Amino acid sequence: MRAHPYMPNSAPALKAAILAELGLDDAEPLFGQIPEDHRLREALPLPLPPAITSEVELSRHLRGILAKNRHCLDNISFLGGGCWQHHVPAVVDEIVGRSEFLTPVWGTPSSDLGRNQAWFEFTSQLGALLGMEMVGLPVYSWGCAAGHAIRMAARITGRGKVLVPAEMSPERRMVVDNYCAAAGAGRAIEVVAIATDSATGRLDLGDLDARLGADVAAVYFENPAYLGMIESDAAAIVEAAHKAGALAIVGVDPISLGVLSPPSDYGADIAVGSTQPLGVHMHGGGGLGGFIASRDEAIYAHEYPTLLNSMTRTAAGERVFAMSLMHQSSYGAREEGKDWTGNSTYLWAIANAAYMALLGPLGFRELGALILRRAHDAARQIASVPGISVAHPSGFFKEFVVDFGGTGQSLDAIDEALRVRGIFGGIDLGARLPGREHQALYCVTECHSPADIDRLVTALREVCA
Amino acid sequence: MSNHPPLRRYHAPVWDEPLAMEMSVAGRRGQHYPIVDADDLVPAAMRRQAPPELPEISEPDVLRHYLRLSQQTMGMMGISLFGTCTMKYNPRLHEKLAAGPHVAEMHPEQHPDTMQGLLECVWRLEDALKALSGMARFSFQPAGGADAAYTQACITRAYHAAHGDADRRTQIVTSIQSHPCNPATAAAAGFDIVTLPLESNGYPSIQALRAALSDRTAALFINNPDDMGVYNPEIRDWVDAVHAAGGLCFYDHANFNGVMGKIRAADLGFDACMFMLHKTFGVPKGGGGPAVGAYGCTEKLAPFLPGPLVAKDGNGFAVEPGAASSIGRVREYWGNIHQVMKAYGWVAAMGAEGIAEASDISVALNNYMEKKLLAIRGVTRSHPDQPGWRLEMTRYSLGQLYEETGVGGGDVQNRMADFGIDAFWMAHEPWIFPHPFTPEAGEMWSREDIDYWIAVLAHVCDEAYRDPDMVKSAPHNQAVGKLAGDDLDDPAVWATTWAAWQRKHGG
Repeated sequence: MRAHPYMPNSAPALKAAILAELGLDDAEPLFGQIPEDHRLREALPLPLPPAITSEVELSRHLRGILAKNRHCLDNISFLGGGCWQHHVPAVVDEIVGRSEFLTPVWGTPSSDLGRNQAWFEFTSQLGALLGMEMVGLPVYSWGCAAGHAIRMAARITGRGKVLVPAEMSPERRMVVDNYCAAAGAGRAIEVVAIATDSATGRLDLGDLDARLGADVAAVYFENPAYLGMIESDAAAIVEAAHKAGALAIVGVDPISLGVLSPPSDYGADIAVGSTQPLGVHMHGGGGLGGFIASRDEAIYAHEYPTLLNSMTRTAAGERVFAMSLMHQSSYGAREEGKDWTGNSTYLWAIANAAYMALLGPLGFRELGALILRRAHDAARQIASVPGISVAHPSGFFKEFVVDFGGTGQSLDAIDEALRVRGIFGGIDLGARLPGREHQALYCVTECHSPADIDRLVTALREVCA
Repeated sequence: MSNHPPLRRYHAPVWDEPLAMEMSVAGRRGQHYPIVDADDLVPAAMRRQAPPELPEISEPDVLRHYLRLSQQTMGMMGISLFGTCTMKYNPRLHEKLAAGPHVAEMHPEQHPDTMQGLLECVWRLEDALKALSGMARFSFQPAGGADAAYTQACITRAYHAAHGDADRRTQIVTSIQSHPCNPATAAAAGFDIVTLPLESNGYPSIQALRAALSDRTAALFINNPDDMGVYNPEIRDWVDAVHAAGGLCFYDHANFNGVMGKIRAADLGFDACMFMLHKTFGVPKGGGGPAVGAYGCTEKLAPFLPGPLVAKDGNGFAVEPGAASSIGRVREYWGNIHQVMKAYGWVAAMGAEGIAEASDISVALNNYMEKKLLAIRGVTRSHPDQPGWRLEMTRYSLGQLYEETGVGGGDVQNRMADFGIDAFWMAHEPWIFPHPFTPEAGEMWSREDIDYWIAVLAHVCDEAYRDPDMVKSAPHNQAVGKLAGDDLDDPAVWATTWAAWQRKHGG
């Protein structure tokens, strides 16, 4: 039998020599702790396909499978809503592909100094975008960050209700619902929806006021919101929350913050959001990451579930990085800890750090302006197609709601016809939000050229004619 | 000592690299975008007034900065036997394919017709994990091992609610040696935790389990073998006892490497189990994710799985949104689906025989190490009287070394790093043994690597007796030295951002 390329000790003579050191000629006795009736005997070898141990064959096999995908470079995609196609600079790809960043597990503050510094540059630069001085290491996703932040607010206020937008992403809402549910009576956080103002597409401030009260731990809102709208009443929302003694948590798209006000400007207490737009490819959703940030005050710091990577010094006065408040994490306190932490999306934090360093303040401003302009140009052109309208033709960032109700055709049929033309239409909202039948959420970013928009509009004219 | 290999000369690169935030020169650029004016498109109240305080750096300097930081990161360039994490090779073929557009440029809400390749990877890996566990279905949505434990907590909640028993069944039973994520995620889902202590044989007694069980029991969360390499031979009786009390049984298979192909969770009666694709299945650690806690369960719990799931459908693969009784989502979309692709590639490359051989080698190498480590003065092992071979890990203690020299586990970690050894894992909280350490050999490290690791530990322990200050003042061969020990729990001291550091400590 040949040695397996991944296993240096599978060279037969070497394996035998290792066993011989133990006085054995076979590995079987090493498993003597396991009772015989626990062992899997008859099914060996397991019903797995034969091993493909040669890389040339494995490569053909895997590429053959993956070639069945149609991706967003060969097609024009208008999908967003929680995972977005943005340009990833080649330098970022080079950095995250480095084996040193790809492989570490934990290390020491000295031996993995470089990675820990990159993490600090992630939190520092994200904090600069947000206008917040405390930023945790990332969590799994935006939805998970929102869930954790809502639970932080419930612990801080001692209250058990959260208000969230009725029209938030169903994916994120389902995550938040899980984070707020609890076994046993009286432990859950009640999730109450705030209506959309149909005239503006933004949060209905009257409905918000009506639902606020002394039992509300937090108002959670998004800016830009799921359906793309910039929440220009953000300061009023925060003020209303504070008046009721609730915290204001805002979910933001950090790529918008070169042109949009940071959460600190309108008084938000905790900011959360996705790290994926900052230099991470979509990866079918595998690019997601989430962040939690706040003012640097003990009342918030003491409720973070994340690891908190702090700059500090060595005995010789050199800069180094180490974890703060580790005892309150689940690693330190098990069930007494603040929620839980574990493997997260730390490799992507390094991509995020490099991305923010590349763009700088001017890059974020140019990019934000470009996205706004391209998205609004696209919305206007799409709305020029007979039977198609855009629900709110201004006041959005990179996503907008397209209404196909006047075309007399189903969205399924339209999307299928677009796919035939190499175009992935926006997210079908009818299947996801009540009252949004025949509507789709279109996303336009810097990746869309004017020619791409022309192609979409030409296709829509054909398809909807 | 004489039969140990010679120690390498090692020194980490020293770059005195500034923070990116300190590299700024006004007007420098790292990326351009076409210039357009869009001020009119942002409502006045929401226009950013002051620009963010980000650095202004040119493209090559950003690249070189992070390359230098990468060089100051040891990772698996050295030897990492970080126990409980199963450090193993991450095939670079899979990295290359995942970085290509057929994976990287896919959106999770694309039409299933356009995602057939990714869906096939999900289906093929699910099929392989079903064979390895005996479970009926898998979800790859949990974005880490802890998230899989959380998934179990949510499913436990939903299962008992569906049986009208949610308000009564509020207790999760676990062991003091379970990973902290088990009690922590269960508590986050609203459960009370009952923790069983260990007996001298290395696992809790079944009497203690029986005493903990009642009509309030919701589930058992347990690992086996535990982090000491001890297998609980009564585990079938445990499962029976929990089921008799009306609870569910969840097998935290973080320590699967030693028993791959040897046992199957479903055969032992478990209702669910979890595999870590970023450990056992060859997916990279990335310093802590993106990860996957693959969650598998029997038909009994399948109706509660989070969506979406993949089903085989004629010639292709269809997306199932999740049953009406589903718990919804624990994380958006498919989870880290690119890691699922890599894990499938690993299974395809290994096959059943390769996987079984990997567990043979892991266990053989651990016991090979144990024999040599216990010959080092100052090193003892947990449960010294428990007879027989350990599985893929052994829990050791440097308590004797500490008592005799004043050198502790953290000092030894730092000093070993001076010879190119990545820090060993100590133990999860709480520490039942003083100054614990837990190396895991796995199947990737060569015998030469293992011999070298042992030689370094032997050298450092010997040094602790000869020259303890040399060890206590380590590291000496890293880019920076030992932490000063400032109180990072003090709000006036901690600084998670550069802005906070400047405010509290100046430049």
